[in-house]
Amino acid sequence: MNYIQFLEMRPEVSLLAIFVAVFVYDLVARGKWRHYFHPVVCLLLMLHTAICLGESYREAELFSGMYYTCPMIGIVKTILTGGTLLLVMQANKWLRSANTTHKQGEFYTLLLSTLFGMYIMISARHFLLFFIGMELASLPLACLVAFDKYRHHSAEAGVKYILTSMFSSAVMLYGISFIYGTTGTLYFADVANNITGVPLQVFALVLFFAGLGFKISLVPFHLWTADTYQGAPTVVSSYLSVISKGAAAFTLMVVLIQVFAPMIKYWQTILYILTVLSITIANLFAIRQTDLKRFMAFSSISQAGYIMLAVIGGSKEGMSALVYYVLVYIFANLAVFGIIETIEHHTRSNVSRDDCNGLYKTNPKLAFLMTLALFSLAGIPPFAGFFSKFFVFMSAFKAEFWVLVFIALINTVISLYYYLLIVKAMYITPNDNPIPYFPSSKYSRISFVVCLAGIILLGICSFVFEEIDKFSFGM
Amino acid sequence: MEFTIFILALPLLSFLVLALAGMKMPHKVAGTIGTVSLAAVAVLSYTAAALYFGGGRGADGLFPTLTPYNFVWLPLTDNLHIDMGIMLDPISVMMLIVISTVSLMVHIYSFGYMKGEKGFQRYYAFLSLFTFSMLGLVVATNIFQMYVFWELVGVSSYLLIGFYYTKKAAIAASKKAFIVTRFADLFFLVGILFYGYYAGTFSFTPDAMLLASAGAVIPVALGLMFIGGAGKSAMFPLHIWLPDAMEGPTPVSALIHAATMVVAGVYLVARMFPLFIGYAPEVLHIVAYIGAFTALYAAVVACAQTDIKRVLAFSTISQIAFMMVALGVCTSDDPHDGGLGYMASMFHLFTHAMFKGLLFLGAGSIIHAVHSNERDHMGGLRKYMPVTHITFLIACLAIAGIPPFSGFFSKDEILTACYDYSLVMGVFMSGVAALTAFYMFRLYYLIFWGNSYYESQLAQYKKGRLTEKPHAPHEAPFAMLLPLIILAVVSTLAGFIPFGEFVSSNGHAYTIHLDTAVAVSSIILAVSAIAVATAMYAKARSRVVLTVKVQGRKFLIAAYHRFYMDELWLFVTKKIIFRGISRPIAWFDKHVIDGTMDLLGKGAQRLSYSIRRLQSGNIQSYSIYFLHGVMILALILIFLV
Repeated sequence: MNYIQFLEMRPEVSLLAIFVAVFVYDLVARGKWRHYFHPVVCLLLMLHTAICLGESYREAELFSGMYYTCPMIGIVKTILTGGTLLLVMQANKWLRSANTTHKQGEFYTLLLSTLFGMYIMISARHFLLFFIGMELASLPLACLVAFDKYRHHSAEAGVKYILTSMFSSAVMLYGISFIYGTTGTLYFADVANNITGVPLQVFALVLFFAGLGFKISLVPFHLWTADTYQGAPTVVSSYLSVISKGAAAFTLMVVLIQVFAPMIKYWQTILYILTVLSITIANLFAIRQTDLKRFMAFSSISQAGYIMLAVIGGSKEGMSALVYYVLVYIFANLAVFGIIETIEHHTRSNVSRDDCNGLYKTNPKLAFLMTLALFSLAGIPPFAGFFSKFFVFMSAFKAEFWVLVFIALINTVISLYYYLLIVKAMYITPNDNPIPYFPSSKYSRISFVVCLAGIILLGICSFVFEEIDKFSFGM
Repeated sequence: MEFTIFILALPLLSFLVLALAGMKMPHKVAGTIGTVSLAAVAVLSYTAAALYFGGGRGADGLFPTLTPYNFVWLPLTDNLHIDMGIMLDPISVMMLIVISTVSLMVHIYSFGYMKGEKGFQRYYAFLSLFTFSMLGLVVATNIFQMYVFWELVGVSSYLLIGFYYTKKAAIAASKKAFIVTRFADLFFLVGILFYGYYAGTFSFTPDAMLLASAGAVIPVALGLMFIGGAGKSAMFPLHIWLPDAMEGPTPVSALIHAATMVVAGVYLVARMFPLFIGYAPEVLHIVAYIGAFTALYAAVVACAQTDIKRVLAFSTISQIAFMMVALGVCTSDDPHDGGLGYMASMFHLFTHAMFKGLLFLGAGSIIHAVHSNERDHMGGLRKYMPVTHITFLIACLAIAGIPPFSGFFSKDEILTACYDYSLVMGVFMSGVAALTAFYMFRLYYLIFWGNSYYESQLAQYKKGRLTEKPHAPHEAPFAMLLPLIILAVVSTLAGFIPFGEFVSSNGHAYTIHLDTAVAVSSIILAVSAIAVATAMYAKARSRVVLTVKVQGRKFLIAAYHRFYMDELWLFVTKKIIFRGISRPIAWFDKHVIDGTMDLLGKGAQRLSYSIRRLQSGNIQSYSIYFLHGVMILALILIFLV
């Protein structure tokens, strides 16, 4: 084996280096050095994001085709890494609180290893490597979900997550075994050449799809989502809702167009059904939620449905739309979760919609950012969310799924209703004693500014989308 | 010429700073920020002009068109893309000078005029926003960018007219201005879209190939664009907003509603001139007829107004119409043969900006002194305000077309162009020019001569009929006098600029020469009009005036009411559009559309309630649903697809 090949995997190598560095720092740092732990990790991640960005414009196929990278994949990795960086910044206060500060190191290492798993998952061109990547991305997440283990809900959420996750992995592995059985290979390229569309392969497709559908939380594989998001530490819910979901959605698209291309008729049907179900059912549930984290869980399920609109055409435009959507979604969702996190940290309890009543008066800046983020999620122009929704609809429309687009459009109206409920609570609903003013941490503020810039500028700066569009690929 | 980006960036920056932090600053600081940034813009604009015109002509005898910046903002197809950038050519460079000069004068002037006003910082913030938008409009590289800034200009105008937002009239005026111009802009947008769709480009100078493919649509598109221009430039019958816009602070009227924004329509037609001449000369002539009618209409109305700002407003409408006429009478792009009007129009735009800005600032100084817009409260002011008096007189001479003041030269070129087009048009416009001289001097005499309102009030007070002693009118502070003096100097000398060397219809140098017959006849007309005005208004109560008033009573009342154009518009909108169209639509919206939405909402709520048990929190059932989902999907795929 040619070990030089490892050096070609620059983002992975750099991430591993950071992982080791954080691990060692955690072991040796004492006294005031522990105080600098968080900034050091932020700096390292920033450095790593820069490396990812710099190294993204490469194409390489390694380990006899098991690992593959191209500019598009590089961009997705950069986006995920950048999102993680913002998230870690928002986690500042939570990480330094009395219950968590001593296990900060664990949080970082677990987080980084899931990110590493996602890198592998995205770059894998072999089902075995893919599966390993996926498991690497989900097992540490279970620990993270249960991170506040002394809080009853966190532990419960962790258990729910790990059990359903194992269940879905088993289902997926079952599907992969059928694929191996009918084609005799696990390399993506070879599988694609040998797929014929016999019923057993159709069944395998469904099983495989269910496994990834679990990670993206599509209905009916979504049931864990609400309980887990509500129970997990907010930072982790946030991570689950954007980073983990984005990586899985991108991978799903790649696998569908590269491996299951001959079965396009089948997976388009699956996507059709699941998209309609996901958007509609999630919206119907979201209307009734008062707990903000639970509400965001359903919002994220319906957003996943919109992302699937980009996948369904299997086209080049679809992939650009997907990546752009994920990018925009990261900024908006991180802003919302970040705000929930700061409020939660201040009030020391779960945040419900009623807690937001009159927030505008005491914390106008937070309320303003929250409003813009919700507008972006709902797809109101001129915020970035409008453009990302537009591209997603456009790609499904070009693939001639008119009815589907229509259903999705009706659902955006419903989603507007529940997103605006929160805005209404913050600005209109009268409240005699709203949550008093509190300053958020420096790091959160920086990340909020970045989110704000993303929400406003991404839609206007057309070159971002063009850059993504340049490298995307389809069937 | 890369530095030109700062011409746009500085006012924008100053707007942002003043808008975000202005309220925390003392008035002086806010005003200084605005004024200094504008002074820098003016310096940059002059430098740009000097470099541009000093750079000389290219081998083809034309000034090169420079685009220091142009980036594709929204690519739609290969040809059709919306760009944002900066384009420098003779007319845009000329406009840079006009805008930055007048804007700087207004910035300085406002220091005195707006002193102590509430919202002083807001005022300067809006001025900066307006200047930024107007500059962006003139340097636009394509029609769509122009439209974007066109709307921004409209917004800033709206904000400034409604500056005294506690005054009902100001709010009504700002709304009226916004709605009327927006209504016109709708046609502009449709014209742009027609143009973009059929010619496949938003460029000002597209390939002949593209235009050929668009064919008969080009005249329609150009006509629609002109309607947008007519709205902004207050051409009849879309002029109704401009007189009301005088509710804004007077320096704003000088900047926006006299010198810069209202000539945007003229600029638009000039910008599209090659297309008009090449593909739609008949539309261009329609522009001329509309302009000629507007010029006469506004001049007549101006004769009967009593509010001095309204007189100036109608005078502005009339003068802009002159520029439109000048463009409209062009029959080719050769200045020696039918294309003189283009140069004349741009020349008049330039000189008019200076002397009309001066007139408004002078009017502001008078209003500042007597605290009223009505001419009845003035009279005999020349003793009290000597500087204002002299500068105002210079501006009146300039607009009346008396040599050697600047208006004479530019108006003379316009009239020459009109005579070239047809004798009727020439005679008609000469008549309007004479009328201009008449009403301007009527205004001048009413303000500065005749019985002094203050003195009569003082006499009343001394007789004990008034309890309060009237204030004596006083000359304005230095900050207000300085711009007056500067503009007066410019208005006097600007006529000697060899304008044709810089701007002409086909870009080649054109030496301005006076047509003796036209020049002499227009001087005679202007002088006799002034003589008539002197006879009628110089003395306190002339018998001529009384006779005219008695004889033409009905006509004068109609003219005072602007020939009931506002009432006509109100009838059309309120009685016909609101009742006939809007109400049925409102009913449909309320019952059918809202009803559907309510149904959707209620349905969603019910459904949501009925499926809530799906999310039981029970992990076994989650797995069951998961498996059922897989099974059902597999069955559907295998047996149904």
